[in-house]
Amino acid sequence: MATKVHMEALSPTMEEGQLVKWLKSEGDDVSNGEIIAEIETDKATMELVARGDGLLRKILLGEGGTAPVGAVIAVIAGADEDIGEFVSGDGAAAAGAAATAEPETKKAAEESPPEPESSTPPTAEEAAPVSPPDEAPATEEGDRIKASPLARRLAEEEGVELRDVAGSGPGGRIIKRDVERAAREGVPAAAPAAAAFQLSEADYEDVPLTQMRKTIAKRLVESIGPVPHFFLTVDVDMSRAVAARQRINAMLERDGIKVSFNDIVLKATAMALKKHPDCNAHWRGDHVRRFNRVHLGVAVAIDDGLITPVVRDAHLKGLSQISPEVRELAGRARDKKLKPDEYMGSTFSVSNLGMFGIEEFTGVINPPEAGILAVGAVEERPVVIDGRIEARPMMKITMSCDHRVIDGAQGSRFLQTLQAILEEPLAALV
Amino acid sequence: MATITYREALNQALAEEMERDDSVFLMGEEVAEYDGAYKVSKGLLDQFGDRRVVDSPISELGFAGLGVGAAMVGLRPVIEFMTFNFSFLALDQVINSAAKMYYMSDGQVHLPMVFRGPTGAALQLSAQHSQACQTWYLHAPGVKLVTPATPADAKGLLKAAIRDEDPVAVMEGELLYNLKGEVPDPEDGDFVIPLGLAEVKREGGDVSIITSGAMVHMALMAAGNLEKDGIDAEVLDLRSLRPLDVDAILATVQKTNRVVVLEEGWPYAGVGAQIAATIQEEAFDDLDAPVLRVTQADVPMPYAKNLEQMAKPSADRVVQACKKVLYTD
Amino acid sequence: MADTKTKEKKEGTRGGGKAELDGFSRDMLHWFLKQMLLYRRFEEKAEEAYAIGKIGGFCHLHIGQEAVAQGVVGPLRPDDYVVTSYRDHTQALAKGVDPGPVMAELYGKKGGSVGGKGGSMHIFGVDVGFMGGHGIVGGQIPLATGIGWAIQYRESDQICVCFLGDAAVNQGAFLESLNMAAVWKLPVIYVVENNEYGMGTAFKRVSALPVVDRAKGTGVPGHAVDGQDVMATWTLIERLASEVRKGGGPQYVDARTYRFRGHSMSDPVSGTYRSKKEVEEKKEEADPITILRDRLFEAKLLKQEELEEMDQAVRVIVDEAAKFADDSPLPTADDLYTHTYKEINEHGRLFLDGRDR
Repeated sequence: MATKVHMEALSPTMEEGQLVKWLKSEGDDVSNGEIIAEIETDKATMELVARGDGLLRKILLGEGGTAPVGAVIAVIAGADEDIGEFVSGDGAAAAGAAATAEPETKKAAEESPPEPESSTPPTAEEAAPVSPPDEAPATEEGDRIKASPLARRLAEEEGVELRDVAGSGPGGRIIKRDVERAAREGVPAAAPAAAAFQLSEADYEDVPLTQMRKTIAKRLVESIGPVPHFFLTVDVDMSRAVAARQRINAMLERDGIKVSFNDIVLKATAMALKKHPDCNAHWRGDHVRRFNRVHLGVAVAIDDGLITPVVRDAHLKGLSQISPEVRELAGRARDKKLKPDEYMGSTFSVSNLGMFGIEEFTGVINPPEAGILAVGAVEERPVVIDGRIEARPMMKITMSCDHRVIDGAQGSRFLQTLQAILEEPLAALV
Repeated sequence: MATITYREALNQALAEEMERDDSVFLMGEEVAEYDGAYKVSKGLLDQFGDRRVVDSPISELGFAGLGVGAAMVGLRPVIEFMTFNFSFLALDQVINSAAKMYYMSDGQVHLPMVFRGPTGAALQLSAQHSQACQTWYLHAPGVKLVTPATPADAKGLLKAAIRDEDPVAVMEGELLYNLKGEVPDPEDGDFVIPLGLAEVKREGGDVSIITSGAMVHMALMAAGNLEKDGIDAEVLDLRSLRPLDVDAILATVQKTNRVVVLEEGWPYAGVGAQIAATIQEEAFDDLDAPVLRVTQADVPMPYAKNLEQMAKPSADRVVQACKKVLYTD
Repeated sequence: MADTKTKEKKEGTRGGGKAELDGFSRDMLHWFLKQMLLYRRFEEKAEEAYAIGKIGGFCHLHIGQEAVAQGVVGPLRPDDYVVTSYRDHTQALAKGVDPGPVMAELYGKKGGSVGGKGGSMHIFGVDVGFMGGHGIVGGQIPLATGIGWAIQYRESDQICVCFLGDAAVNQGAFLESLNMAAVWKLPVIYVVENNEYGMGTAFKRVSALPVVDRAKGTGVPGHAVDGQDVMATWTLIERLASEVRKGGGPQYVDARTYRFRGHSMSDPVSGTYRSKKEVEEKKEEADPITILRDRLFEAKLLKQEELEEMDQAVRVIVDEAAKFADDSPLPTADDLYTHTYKEINEHGRLFLDGRDR
């Protein structure tokens, strides 16, 4: 029985992948579960494993080539098996056919005659196709999603797109717990390994929407787009933070740790969020989820884009932990070696362009998070202190808020807290 | 409540029903003077005489058919097979006569009768004496079948079977005859368990073990082992295999979403196959995992002790199956 | 139809009138003849209906064996029981089942004796003690034994007659049943309709002993009789029934007869297993109706016009039966599930095909 090697969805948002390297050559023996290729996804370089035993009979996608998720990129089969049906014509055609199967189905559904014209806003279901059509996790074989009957029913009830859910059952079958997790987290459930950051109910509080909140959400979405941003900027006097950083780095020198301003901002942000869970929140369509734990997404620039590894439970970590962790994550992010559970599940994000000398900018919220901080450079600027002009190391922080979740006053109170911590780092001890 | 053995419970049921209705008689090999091969009919000859407790020749086909004939004209025979293994000699009468008479005669002739005896394997009796015979009796519409697991069920179900207006096979467990359990005292009134009512023998929320007869005890053992791993298994004892308590099956599926069917016999076209089919037909959307079956190995029963153990279903295999449907194996 | 020798005279006053021939009254003998003509015409009608597709499945005709039905069932009391195999139309008529429902059953109609559920092989008439045609060779023998058991259990003086074909004596059920009947002295008469062939196999090819001797090892007394001679058959059964009724234990009869048709409508009358000549000779010499007719002619107890009148009368009965069958509605979908179980239990499902869903 020949086994098709598909371009698998190795990240929840991956639509296509680039073949970095074949680890096996045509004619090599491969066994089920063995790593046969490295694939670059939109986020990282991932390993592709064989889904069957036999010889790697035919490679249909060369190194450096790109194929959409679901495309057949190689064939595993017995030595004498006829694999003509997979390799007839050119490989790309076969790949293309497999890859387009699902989108075609979707398209057909979308093209079906619409309901009588009405001004009713689209329902969640109708709006669903907004998400990329083939966010296909590894559970998909061709165009079939393997899910238990119960998981299918629950997904429908919870409004979870099975296509967005990775299965942890045999052969990637989506089972009840996967859907429950996806529903709970409001984000595509991670691959099985992601169980590491499974949330428990104690980790968050779901807040029902008041009528006013619903109206605010609806109106603002109409006005500004699906995530109605507004921006709050605060100017932080970093004098004490600068001094504190020097002392801390002197202390940590023997451990080889060097704390950056950004690390201090992260720590302070985590502390402030812990005090303001209304900002440490996700928008979940019919309710807001406020988190008791702070998982901070840290935007990292890489050669051809941006990725946001997550510092988990940042509120529990000291600078001596946060600093090396961020460094390590950023390093692997640049090497595209992050695993999905290392860049998923953040509750709030921080982006810092200070190293580029940027004084002030705005960040774009990473949904379903409700806020992101855009942190500028620390630089000496004249400020008025007690009627006198002084040069102080100043840093501008601009918070982008999702107005469906955070109102101006809430965001401001959070920023006040953050500012206070940064301006008096001893507050961390209080 | 008195604590009595399964054997005594069956004996009580027979005695009470014979006392109650003169048309009830017991016939089979060794049932009278020898007190029954498994002593189920002990003392009944003395109590009721040889008109009603009758030693038959070793002629399973003949005396099973004789029972059918007697029922055709209104008696209520209880035909004992020393074991149901021997009833294969009588299957023509069970399947072609007993099961079909009421239908073939368009309601003119009905058969209020019971076939009873032990089914399934005991210990090291090898291939011809160690088979679960349920499937043969279940396949043909027209025969009802109960498989009591406890002394109370044995008494209540045998009494119900004798009173039923159709042929009922009461399949007992050879290894259960000495099992003790509480059974309501005769003085406390007529104790009858209606056919077609399953019973949850153990409540649980994580996985359902659906079974019946002697296997109920294995299921309970497996559930106990699973508990140590934090898994809370429900054990549903079907008690009647026809009529089948589908409501109870669906209820437990809806509760746990995961099912392991444990049966003593072979898998092909077995009880578990029917239950799995019914579940997927009627509770498909409640399943979080395929229904798994634990059955006898698909080979004749071997003699050697170790081989026999391998061939029989085991609590370990039930535990493994449960973990598999829970995706924790 | 061939001449027959006048049989030896026997004692008896059967029929209530004065003895005219072998102890049988003229009315009685006319009744025998008329009944046998009815059986013959009924089966011929069935044959015709089968040929035009009104009857399907297996259809085993009794043509040639009418005297056995009349001679065995005739002497029984209405409350006695008869159980038989699948060649059962004639015995049913003999025991008192109306021809209409029997024909309608062959037609698979709602008005059939079992509502179209049984067909040719499973005619029942419980109200007249006809306990069914049964389809498995020998399968009815234990049933008759059980009915005998029940009679004895209730200390009744009824008896049960069990018809079986010659081939059925090779079944284990035969040995097992006769043994039990003998041990317990059950009130059963086992009558072998010995037509010499089980389907296409001559009995003598599959049995070392003649039919009459096959009960010997069981302790049930065996008798042989010319089953084409209705008076002889009647006479023997009348005597045996009386003994059995008095508690004398079971009896076994080898009623020697012959079937003029194939085993069933789908089998050849003659061919590889018996010659056409043999069948023709038997029809000539051993037709039970001809035998009785000629004896009555010879004894001047029957006129040609009476015979024709009789034949006309039974033809009317048969035509009416056919009309009844034709007019009877087909069973409906509702009937499919009825009478599967006498007691539909309150709990659980009896039908696992989704019906109870």
